[in-house]
Amino acid sequence: MLNREQMDVVIVGHVDHGKSTVIGRLMADTNSLPEGKLEQVKAMCKANARPFEYAFLLDALKNEQAQGITIDTARCFFQTEKRNYIINDAPGHIEFLKNMVTGAARAESALLVIDAKEGVRENSKRHGYIVSMLGLKQLCVLVNKMDLVDYSEETFNAIKTEYTEFLNQLGVEPTAFIPVSAREGTNIAAGSEKEMPWYSGMTVLDQVDSFSKLKGDDDKIFRMPVQDIYKFTASDDDRRIVSGTITTGTISPGEEVVFHPSGKESTVTSIEGFNCPERDTIGAGYATGFQMSTQIYIKPGELMVKKSDPQPNVGRRLRCNMFWMGRPPMVAKKKYKLKIGSSNVPAQLATVNQVLDASELESVENKGQVDRHDVAECILETARPIAFDLRNDIEATGRFVIVDEHEIAGCGIILEALGEENSVLDETVQNREDTWESGLVTIEERSKKSGNVGKLIIVHGVYGCGKRRVAKRLERVLFDQGYRTYYLGISNFCENLDQDARTRDQAREHHLERLGDMARVVTDAGTMLITTVTDADDFDIEKLRRLSAPNEVFVVNMGENNFDKYPIDMALPYRPDTNEAADLIVAQLKESGVILR
Amino acid sequence: MNQLDQLEAKSIHILREAYREFGNLCMLWSIGKDSTVMLWLARKAFFGHVPIPLVHVDTSFKIPQMIEYRDNLALDWNLNMVVGQNQKAIAEKQTFPDGNITRLECCKALKSEALKHTLSGEWERKRMNHTTRQYEVDTNTEPYTGVIVGVRSDEEGSRSKERYFSPRDKSNDWDVDDQPPELWNQYKTDFAKGTHVRIHPLLDWTELNLWEYIQREEIPLVDLYYDKGEGTRYRSLGCGPCTACVDSTAKNVQDVVEELRSGKFANIAERDGRAQDKDDGGSLETLRRDGYM
Repeated sequence: MLNREQMDVVIVGHVDHGKSTVIGRLMADTNSLPEGKLEQVKAMCKANARPFEYAFLLDALKNEQAQGITIDTARCFFQTEKRNYIINDAPGHIEFLKNMVTGAARAESALLVIDAKEGVRENSKRHGYIVSMLGLKQLCVLVNKMDLVDYSEETFNAIKTEYTEFLNQLGVEPTAFIPVSAREGTNIAAGSEKEMPWYSGMTVLDQVDSFSKLKGDDDKIFRMPVQDIYKFTASDDDRRIVSGTITTGTISPGEEVVFHPSGKESTVTSIEGFNCPERDTIGAGYATGFQMSTQIYIKPGELMVKKSDPQPNVGRRLRCNMFWMGRPPMVAKKKYKLKIGSSNVPAQLATVNQVLDASELESVENKGQVDRHDVAECILETARPIAFDLRNDIEATGRFVIVDEHEIAGCGIILEALGEENSVLDETVQNREDTWESGLVTIEERSKKSGNVGKLIIVHGVYGCGKRRVAKRLERVLFDQGYRTYYLGISNFCENLDQDARTRDQAREHHLERLGDMARVVTDAGTMLITTVTDADDFDIEKLRRLSAPNEVFVVNMGENNFDKYPIDMALPYRPDTNEAADLIVAQLKESGVILR
Repeated sequence: MNQLDQLEAKSIHILREAYREFGNLCMLWSIGKDSTVMLWLARKAFFGHVPIPLVHVDTSFKIPQMIEYRDNLALDWNLNMVVGQNQKAIAEKQTFPDGNITRLECCKALKSEALKHTLSGEWERKRMNHTTRQYEVDTNTEPYTGVIVGVRSDEEGSRSKERYFSPRDKSNDWDVDDQPPELWNQYKTDFAKGTHVRIHPLLDWTELNLWEYIQREEIPLVDLYYDKGEGTRYRSLGCGPCTACVDSTAKNVQDVVEELRSGKFANIAERDGRAQDKDDGGSLETLRRDGYM
């Protein structure tokens, strides 16, 4: 009995087609209810002069009983000889689609309920679509309330034909259609020889028992989103542990790995754990941690892969299918957050290719936005590169959610990785340059007069490395020597925000964009613009270069150097002597031709 | 992976997600088996360390062994232990055991209210000083924006509606009708200022899973859960005056697992010995809407 197999099943379908009744029956007929619960609910119904319904068993919340519809994904447990089940009762009412998505995303298999009398309805189709998009491969259709249509084979077959055709459009192959009466218990646990002698297929209980557990993800390509990097030095623990939950594949010490998008490489030296058996290999599903052979600088959110495996895509533009749940529509130019694996980046809607009416599967072209409950094919663009797979290659690293304000408002799967061309950033820069009109004073005249060229000077380092002191001192020295220079102090607001890390990320992207735009103006005026930036990576610097073009960027790094794609212009130690550091920078500026005399 | 491995991995993932995303995070530790398993899972998640403060709301009516066990474990496992209390109600004897208010009013005052104000930092927090082994007034009065709680969805109807990451608004309310979607290991980790998020790593566990895990991992529990020869033990722990023992001769974790799997408790709800659940049909839901765990 110990460690019995467990399976998550979701029940979906149009409102009032009888999902909760099916579950109530499944629980009652498998003796999975707590002792006295059935009697208690029956007594309550009697006291309130309401006919007893199996659905009441699930309606655990008061206001739910009042409304008579399931408002959330109630989770119930039942067991058969074969295994334990968690059954998610997904609400059929359209208002609660996001709850249905929650329930369905947890499941490995789905039961879709259609009312024999009402037939296929809007949400029968919408739920079918969402279930297929969420990647559920095992779907069984229950044609319920057969008692209301006199157990008619004809009615059953008509629904079966209509709905099979719909599922085929989605490329979904249902495991079975079962005619049931949940109220009477027909074809739930017991068969239907009496009521439907024409049906010889399985009961619902047999069907769920015949669903197979998903094949182990161990056989697939190794992928692990890095959730965090731990070092508990204060508790006398010197291990530096790269942690995360392995989504697919297996890995062992000695194997070479690459982290994307940074591209940093290292070798696994140990599998870490607390009160765990020693392991020489670990696979999909485990929340684990590794020590690496080198002290590489990586951030949470990167994707750890094996060097010998096919590498993921790294990019900023992706074509995807998306389902939108937010009340406000998804619109262009607005800043969202895209969460994939353990990474979380600002993103925006670049193009809506087409919007699909999920219930009719008719597409609407030329729609500029994605409304609530729309399914859309669109192009998204992230503010910085992310690592991902295509959904058809590796499911778990090929899907994402979109956060609007503070809410998860959309979910999607990635169909294609697109190149950098036509990115919103390029477009913005191009538009700016196209409309840029110069005055009569040339840039050469300016530098001849001032003795310096315009340049964005970035003093970079971790928090507390002394970069602000150095940057301000540098302004003073350059100014006193007669050059055109200005210290810009707006970087500070990124560090002092009283907010969570993610909001800070968003503010940071915004800050970099503003800084890049400002640098374009100030450097064009022939001034050396000095500013500080905390904890940037290659992509941040690249972004600043592109925004401040045509005038280049001069990067001074203080402390540990984590840039490798773009060489820095100058390296200084952590917390250097302020005056000395400023003088060294001036000397280097002369050498590099920023200062001309 | 077997079922316990899967449950463990999911809980660890959630704990790590919470730790990364919330600057002001705490974990509620009731001293009972659920939150003690959760504490153990935190040690697993963080490789033997617990980098998250543990908050206990002391009603002053807890069974004395619970407090002793709490402080011993806090010292042994180097826990950042924080305790809150409704000092005013206790001083003024506005409690059920003192005979001045009902059971439910008492739960509300000593648990819900105390918890609410301890989390917000409005009421005094006491923190264990590991050198002196005494509790001292905590200088940190910042509100906690992420609160890790050990509720399970099989415990009781309203808990089956919970999310792993469940937002609470400014007045601590839980909007059951409008909860965020959760899918693909992506949770609600964004929140508006003034609101906070409750995090539920144990949502998928059943009572039996917990005991099987306690057995597998050899997690030390307060011994009130075991019969010491008198034929009774606690199945669920709470305040002394409102929590009854059950008749059971389970003397160790092995016995308890057997009893739950096939014995006398296989089909009897766990909170059966908790008096406040019975005083009104939906009391736990009422309490939960008010911020009770």
